[in-house]
Amino acid sequence: MIEVLDVYYTYPNGFTALKGVSLTIDRGECIAIMGENGAGKTTLIKHFNGLLKPTRGAVLVDGSNTMDLSVAQLSRKVGLVFQNPEHQFFSETVEDEVAFALKNFGFQGDEIKQRVDQVLERMGLTHYRQSSPFNLSGGEKKRLAIASVVVFNPDYLILDEPTIGQDYLQKREIIGIIRSFLKEGKAVVIVTHDLEFVVDLRPRIILMSQGRIILDDTADKALSNLKLLDEASLLPPQIVELAYKFFNSPSLEGVLDEDDLMKIIKPLLARRRGQQ
Amino acid sequence: MPKAIKVRGLHYRYEGMDGDVLVDVNLEVERGEFVLLTGASGCGKTTLCRCFNGLIPHFYGGDLRGEICVAGFNVRETPIHKMALKVGFIFQNPDSQLFSLTVERDVAFGLENLGMDREEIKRRVDWALEVVGMKEYRHFAPYELSGGQKQRIAIASVLAMNPEVIVLDEPTAYLDPKTALRIFQLLDELNRRLGLTVILVEHRLDLASRYASRLIVMSRGRIVLDGDPPTVFHHKLEEYGVTTPRLIRFFRKLEREGYSFESIPLTTEEAATVLRRITS
Repeated sequence: MIEVLDVYYTYPNGFTALKGVSLTIDRGECIAIMGENGAGKTTLIKHFNGLLKPTRGAVLVDGSNTMDLSVAQLSRKVGLVFQNPEHQFFSETVEDEVAFALKNFGFQGDEIKQRVDQVLERMGLTHYRQSSPFNLSGGEKKRLAIASVVVFNPDYLILDEPTIGQDYLQKREIIGIIRSFLKEGKAVVIVTHDLEFVVDLRPRIILMSQGRIILDDTADKALSNLKLLDEASLLPPQIVELAYKFFNSPSLEGVLDEDDLMKIIKPLLARRRGQQ
Repeated sequence: MPKAIKVRGLHYRYEGMDGDVLVDVNLEVERGEFVLLTGASGCGKTTLCRCFNGLIPHFYGGDLRGEICVAGFNVRETPIHKMALKVGFIFQNPDSQLFSLTVERDVAFGLENLGMDREEIKRRVDWALEVVGMKEYRHFAPYELSGGQKQRIAIASVLAMNPEVIVLDEPTAYLDPKTALRIFQLLDELNRRLGLTVILVEHRLDLASRYASRLIVMSRGRIVLDGDPPTVFHHKLEEYGVTTPRLIRFFRKLEREGYSFESIPLTTEEAATVLRRITS
């Protein structure tokens, strides 16, 4: 479990990015943190692996205060994939980049090779194994960054904007990886603006605005709350907006995708047909 | 008047790579069109855009075969600096395009390079900043701006050159949906007001398609679908690795229920109207 207890964080330049944030993340949970740029989302997740330590309050990972642990110790448990993948690359080849953390965490020869092969295959990067990470396209870099964290199988997987630059099939692959982590009882936290991706996953939603959590609720409730989405500077999912405009009702809980909407439209269509 | 873009039998292979990245591409774009270009990663859309302003073949080299004319110029025979006057290019990440100490200097940079006189430069910079709604930021440093504002400045610096075609390669990849929508609205306005030909490469079809007069889907180096957005949305885009907007998916479900629509709605307003018609 990750426990965030009334955390404040002020950057050295004096900007207070978090103003009293509290939440708990249980194993097996999938959480999406959403909100406008500058809301404090990235600052918050950097507290999970100890990259940042609270100015006030505390963060506990499986009961231990992050103040008492090094980033190296925490990283084994909490794997964080940055928004801008170039910030985390330093190896000469894609293969070495993925193997790096494994070697660091004491994995041995065959196991390393097997895991690297598997994750490269999964992320569609196998034919780039000898390429330099810096020569990949934006979307490929993103997948390499995810691969180099997924490969050591952390208990908490934290992804900052994983879908940027990814097409339909790659997004599906990323969803597959998230689901398999959840199945193993691990927690996945995603920072994202990609509402339609969130509609597919239906995680618990945390909406942030100006350093605070303004909503912590299920996807069904959160994503149909147009007023709060607007406050968090988010556009509603298309189907939510359509349902709102059609029914003239501010909140139809749980009508997020085309199947949900079809279910409630079908009876209306049948009634109309009956009248004809 | 020559067409904005005319491509015939275009093939391209990057230097030192196996296989063509563009395969027999044929395309004609009239002036004033708003073209949305999409496709899975690696489908060749960025490569095609690089041909529009001459980065291919003049910068990337490689093997380019076939005909390509943009704004009346044969790209192969026209140097990049000359193409740059006709074709503005906007990249994914505005940071790669802005480098001056102030917004104003960034927008003026291309004009100064042309040796234009000061009065004309000032007039054009004022106009371009006005058009993108960033006039009050002229003395700001680019790093003081948000991602969306930076992208507006990048667009202003291209507009100041008074191009005929503007090519944008996933300009909203790093922006949140609301900011992305505002960029698309700006492009719509530039297209209508100035008659600017827009070539927009995007994955976000849900937000962008309502502004486009034409939607082109590429797959494995070829153009596989080309038409107005409602027509193209009748096809199963997933086969080409493209996400169909949920609104469209919903209407395709209705079609499977036996309903037919002259034109699939692209906005939730239109969609709500159509739904009212068929349910009451």
